[in-house]
Amino acid sequence: MSAVMSDARLAKFARRKRVNQIALVLSLAAMSFGLFWLFWILWETIRLGIGGLALATFTEMTPAPNEAGGIANALYGSFLMVILATFVGTPIGIMAGIYLAEYNPKGWLASVTRFVNDILLSAPSIVIGLFVYAVVVSRFKSFSGWAGVIALALIVIPVVIRTTENMLQLVPPGLREAAYALGAPKWKVITSITLRAARSGVVTGVLLAVARIAGETAPLLFTALNNQFWTSDLSQPMASLPVTIFKFAMSPYENWQQLAWAGVFLITVAVLGLNILARVLTRHKS
Amino acid sequence: MNSLAATREKPNGQSKISVKNLDFYYGKFHALKGINLEIPEKKVTAFIGPSGCGKSTLLRIFNRMYELYPEQRAEGEIMFDGENLLTSKTDVALIRAKVGMVFQKPTPFPMSIYDNIAFGVKLFENLNASDMEERVEWALRKAALWTEVKDKLKQSGSSLSGGQQQRLCIARGIAIKPEVLLLDEPCSALDPISTAKVEELIAELKNDYTVVIVTHNMQQAARCSDYTAYMYLGDLVEFGATEDLFFKPKRKETEDYITGRFG
Repeated sequence: MSAVMSDARLAKFARRKRVNQIALVLSLAAMSFGLFWLFWILWETIRLGIGGLALATFTEMTPAPNEAGGIANALYGSFLMVILATFVGTPIGIMAGIYLAEYNPKGWLASVTRFVNDILLSAPSIVIGLFVYAVVVSRFKSFSGWAGVIALALIVIPVVIRTTENMLQLVPPGLREAAYALGAPKWKVITSITLRAARSGVVTGVLLAVARIAGETAPLLFTALNNQFWTSDLSQPMASLPVTIFKFAMSPYENWQQLAWAGVFLITVAVLGLNILARVLTRHKS
Repeated sequence: MNSLAATREKPNGQSKISVKNLDFYYGKFHALKGINLEIPEKKVTAFIGPSGCGKSTLLRIFNRMYELYPEQRAEGEIMFDGENLLTSKTDVALIRAKVGMVFQKPTPFPMSIYDNIAFGVKLFENLNASDMEERVEWALRKAALWTEVKDKLKQSGSSLSGGQQQRLCIARGIAIKPEVLLLDEPCSALDPISTAKVEELIAELKNDYTVVIVTHNMQQAARCSDYTAYMYLGDLVEFGATEDLFFKPKRKETEDYITGRFG
């Protein structure tokens, strides 16, 4: 009797092991499938990108077809617009996140804000580009760096609101109570204790937002447009890396294509770096 | 049932906080029912009772901590410094500066050990650098932590062990020089050695402060309190000198609880 039982058990055990192995193989296959494309993209980017890299890439302006040049103006334009958009969007996003998490988490205004923010978060960036085109560009009758900054900031804000709110919610309530118990006023508790405890998470959110806008093309196409020259004047059209890549990669000219690959390589490295930095920061949190 | 007031013993000496006809509600739940109690000055008063009896709830009314949660409501009178705490117009921050609190779980702020202590002090006083250093040292010495941390004041508060963190929280509470110190199960997350240190500390604190401690641990109440209140399901069953309550309890329910027949 007991031998029969144990045979049945063994058979079941063997079957369970087989299922486990199949599951393992399937998930490994799925993972390799994903990684394969990722590494291929990275490899192509590096192979073709490094070939196009030269000192001139960083020092010279975007050239005419079949002439030597670089993408210095596009790099500078991207840098300027991304930095400004981050400076505009981060404080608004953090303050709104604080409101949602600390001041009025359950009120109707918070629910509406959260709902609208979720829509904004998943809105296609081309919609935001078109909106800024209609509201800013067509009103002032000119493409401009400022319009680009506004479009990018509109992408930054919902990302930062969401991460700030989530990170503040993770702060244990005991920490807040302990600060209140010392007689600290609410703004002091938020700025010195909760925001500080959530600091690395909030910074990570900002970094991920920066990584997101660094590669956005659609919102800049109708707003900052492009510029062949180096300019710091934000009321003028301004070159950016993604738009330059878009224009150059579609062209039949070989030198433009090579510069496009160099630009793709630089964006990839920058975004990868930001993501790694964000990871390092959240790991240090614990 | 006898009237609860009959078992209410008036402690000798000055009372620091007097609770009169206090009712407390979590939404519709009636958590404390007509509590009357005198907390004596510069003594240790312990609240004991099974989980959910309302002892922590009562403690959290003394510094109006419950106000952080809009669905919580207290009715009655808590006289402190000649004023009803519950209806006082005084800014709640000033009340909390006089009535400090240490929580069950250690809650070091995300900053250095030094700044953990200085944070509360800076809220109410403008001290110059050397006075602040003196105050930080004083508080850490009081909390029996100074020798362990004096060489690493710039390190993060969360780098300390659990027991050290709890003493840091006590030091932080003392540093603002309150009159009353509320301890909400301060040892429940600590090992026996750290617990012994905190208990020693409590014995010392009563020279300067009125201490109220909530504890699950009856031995702890017996060891370190002068007065004990036994609570059950939102009622104050018996209150008196710790010795009397433990050795000659007046009420059957108290006796059953402290002898372990119930609880």
